[in-house]
Amino acid sequence: MITVNNVYKSFADLKVLNDISITFEAGKTNLIIGQSGSGKTVLLKSIIGLHEVDSGSIFYNDRNFTAMNLKGRKEIRKEMGMVFQGGALFDSMTVEENVLFPLNMFSNSSEKEKKERANFCLNRVNIQNSNHLFPAEISGGMQKRVAIARAIALNPKYLFCDEPNSGLDPVTAILIDNLILEITKEYNITTIINTHDMNSVMEIGEKIIFISKGNKVWEGTKDGIFDTDNEDLNNFVFASELYKKIKKIS
Amino acid sequence: MNLFENVGKFSRFLVLVFSKPEKSKTLFSQIIREIDKLGINSIGIVVIISLFMGAVITLQTAYNMLNPLLPDYLVGYTTRESMILEFSSTIVGLILAGKVGSNIASEIGSMRVTEQIDALEIMGINSANHLVLPKIIAAIFINPFLYILSVFVGIMGGLIAGSLTGTVILTDYIEGVQYGFIPYYISYSLIKTAVFAFIITAIPSFYGYYVKGGALEVGKASTKAVVNSSILILLANVILTQILLK
Ligand SMILES: Nc1ncnc2c1ncn2[C@@H]1O[C@H](COP(=O)(O)OP(=O)(O)O)[C@@H](O)[C@H]1O
Ligand SMILES: [Mg+2]
Repeated sequence: MITVNNVYKSFADLKVLNDISITFEAGKTNLIIGQSGSGKTVLLKSIIGLHEVDSGSIFYNDRNFTAMNLKGRKEIRKEMGMVFQGGALFDSMTVEENVLFPLNMFSNSSEKEKKERANFCLNRVNIQNSNHLFPAEISGGMQKRVAIARAIALNPKYLFCDEPNSGLDPVTAILIDNLILEITKEYNITTIINTHDMNSVMEIGEKIIFISKGNKVWEGTKDGIFDTDNEDLNNFVFASELYKKIKKIS
Repeated sequence: MNLFENVGKFSRFLVLVFSKPEKSKTLFSQIIREIDKLGINSIGIVVIISLFMGAVITLQTAYNMLNPLLPDYLVGYTTRESMILEFSSTIVGLILAGKVGSNIASEIGSMRVTEQIDALEIMGINSANHLVLPKIIAAIFINPFLYILSVFVGIMGGLIAGSLTGTVILTDYIEGVQYGFIPYYISYSLIKTAVFAFIITAIPSFYGYYVKGGALEVGKASTKAVVNSSILILLANVILTQILLK
């Protein structure tokens, strides 16, 4: 479980996050949704400490992450996995080396065990026979999957995904979404996913937090999302013709 | 103001770089890789510029020695001294600032803008230390060898050019190369080379590490890195010469 309490964050004069409080639950996919520029990435990076918050606090279970020094945070970071928007694979390393990397840095297992673990993770995300290719040599969807494999290599308790299916075709996007959902359930991970994709919301959304211009505007489940009378959320949800039609029918 | 801000930021960057690495075993293999990337890969360019530099010094000295009272061995002597004192350290340093510096700044810069650095940080790795320390150590280790290589190739270049054009006599040249040798000059230049190696790696790493934006900014950072590390090399050259040769 991750708890965010009254977090504010600004860059110079630009106020990006405004009094955000959220509880992210374990074993669930927690979706942060909102338009581009609404502050999703900044919120996610604040939660993992890549941005320092102006005020407020973030707890990992009962550990106050905000109050910790770098050393304490490093320990918690070893329990985190993150899938970045562009994959952020190390482009000087092969697919297999990318997944091996966190294992080599932090695991005390033997070389053989590490290799087995890396290949187990690659198999888990359905990557086979690509171990020796470089990130530039595989498709965007494969890159995302390798990024997921790297993120889960050390059995994280917390998984963060920043727009994991942006830039992918609809079929691959759904595969990636479901993969994250399955892994979340399988290992009881606290998973936080940023997305602006309503398809993801419908496919895998369990707990949904809607952010608009840096404010938390709404929180609930995917069933509740169609019944809300919040105007901002309505505009977001029913931005596409498809969802407008769905609303008419239902 | 900008200068002072940058100096402060650079100092804090160095504190990060010089902290204890996560795993000494990975540090060692990374250093080996960087020695290959930054050092071995630069042998070609060092050989070429040194060869031509030596050749030009020899020809210029020979053509300017119209006074018959000057001894014939002076050409070889001048070539050796120029290579040892200045060309093989400073000029090679400047060339490497261009080659190695832009390479480092764009490598680290693109890692920044594609969030690879964030990916390291989130794993609990000190990214500045992980990415930059191996480069600094590798360059400080390998560049002195490039310096020695450059001195030898430069002297050879002079010899070849002098013989081919018939401007110097082989025995005179070789006598000159051996004449009045002061070993301390080598130490002086090796110290300079090590300091330049630090500048060539640390400054571009710094500019790459703090890039904000996209590919365009990476390009700009790379240019800035080369310009500023070149200026710093020239500045360090003056300061070290004053300290070491006075
Ligand atoms: N490092 C930064 N420095 C300054 N402004 C930033 C920074 N990162 C994000 N912003 C600004 O914060 C706002 C929210 O950005 P972001 O969280 O990336 O939005 P998104 O919801 O699309 O992920 C944007 O206006 C963006 O320009
Ligand atoms: Mg974003």
